[in-house]
Amino acid sequence: MQITIKYFGLLTEITNCEEETINFNGSVIAELLDQLFIKYTGLKMKDFQVAQNTELVGIDAKVTGDDIVLLPPFSGG
Amino acid sequence: MDNRYNRHIILKEIGQSGQDKLLNAKVLMVGAGGLGCPILQYLASAGVGTIGVMDDDVVELSNLQRQILFGKSSLGKNKAEAAKRRLLDLNDSITIHAYPEKLTYQNAIELFNQYDIIVDGTDNFETRYLINDTCIITNKPLVFGAIYKFQGQVSVFNYKNGPSYRCAFPNKPKGDAVPNCSEIGVLGVLPGIIGTIQANEVLKIILSIGDVLSGKLYCYDALSNKATLLSLKRSEDTIRSILLIKDDFEKNDLETSCQFNVNEISIVDVLGNKNVQIIDIREHHEQPKVSKTHVLEIPLSELDRHIDKLDKTKQIAIFCNSGIRSKTAVSKLMRHNILNCFSIREGASQINNYLNDSIKPVINE
Repeated sequence: MQITIKYFGLLTEITNCEEETINFNGSVIAELLDQLFIKYTGLKMKDFQVAQNTELVGIDAKVTGDDIVLLPPFSGG
Repeated sequence: MDNRYNRHIILKEIGQSGQDKLLNAKVLMVGAGGLGCPILQYLASAGVGTIGVMDDDVVELSNLQRQILFGKSSLGKNKAEAAKRRLLDLNDSITIHAYPEKLTYQNAIELFNQYDIIVDGTDNFETRYLINDTCIITNKPLVFGAIYKFQGQVSVFNYKNGPSYRCAFPNKPKGDAVPNCSEIGVLGVLPGIIGTIQANEVLKIILSIGDVLSGKLYCYDALSNKATLLSLKRSEDTIRSILLIKDDFEKNDLETSCQFNVNEISIVDVLGNKNVQIIDIREHHEQPKVSKTHVLEIPLSELDRHIDKLDKTKQIAIFCNSGIRSKTAVSKLMRHNILNCFSIREGASQINNYLNDSIKPVINE
């Protein structure tokens, strides 16, 4: 399936894009991340959470095909 | 009464009764920097009756680009004290307490107990997790804001049994994993925008008006003007794990603050050890299979249901493809009080390489 992924904060410095659509054939979020870790070295070292269809989900959640957001925590103030 | 608050009072949503609520409210601002300055300015102007300001830092010239309470006369002065002086000039009918010190595990609980609402405008993860955990323990709502370059996040945590910061970001990032403003820069107006949204949430909580940003994380991008509202759920396990450390809270220090340390292990250490149960935490269909050794397959999503399949007399070593799921699984097991468990550093394909290279034909069967 085709999945749109948005990257927030410092993650865009690794992906060099804020948004992309990729082809994905697995079933859970963790598999999607494994695929992205191969595409982007360095992404695995970053802390982030995953939102699917604007809801934060665990990495064991099923991939539904809705938009995904990779969201790092910010510390600045 | 003078007409200082007239524009509030003539709003039917606020009125004199709402203004009295503001006067009786006690708000603690932790951090008087980029976020703290606009928040404090609006809370003091609005007539919030008691405001605490905590910051152990001094005003530097490079702060004036965004920290709008300070001017040249504040340079070299403590931020909490300098903010107090400016705020009393803005409104001397309210009480301001300045705390020119660092928030620590030792002073946090007693301080938070003196206030109704805690506002986070700090610039490091150690203090942010300390603030969150103290808010859980003292049962105070937390108005959270954080910035990165051109983007910001705002939420209200721990509000009426809503989620906490740890429900969104369970684990504190490693040391300097995310750089702060002084290292990478920040657009000066950004903390103004984000801080003002935080101040708005504080006023809404006090006045009981509108929808408080609880259970939602508001993400703003100043360059595109795009805002994204993400929803998050309260994790009872997470909240409980913080309440459990309540009695020992003051024994912590910022550098070693509470988090599960996931034990990592290499497949090299696991091979040949008969006292280890190896778990493949991936989905059943995922490739490559690791077949030369006895492996129990339990997908992460089913782990909670299959705890009884684990051999608790053995060490449990868990692998996936990238090490992310295996670490999550170890954290889960530790919450089930299964502590003799490890995340295998290598992924399935690397494990197969080791097995194929290994002289020992059959391992752990």
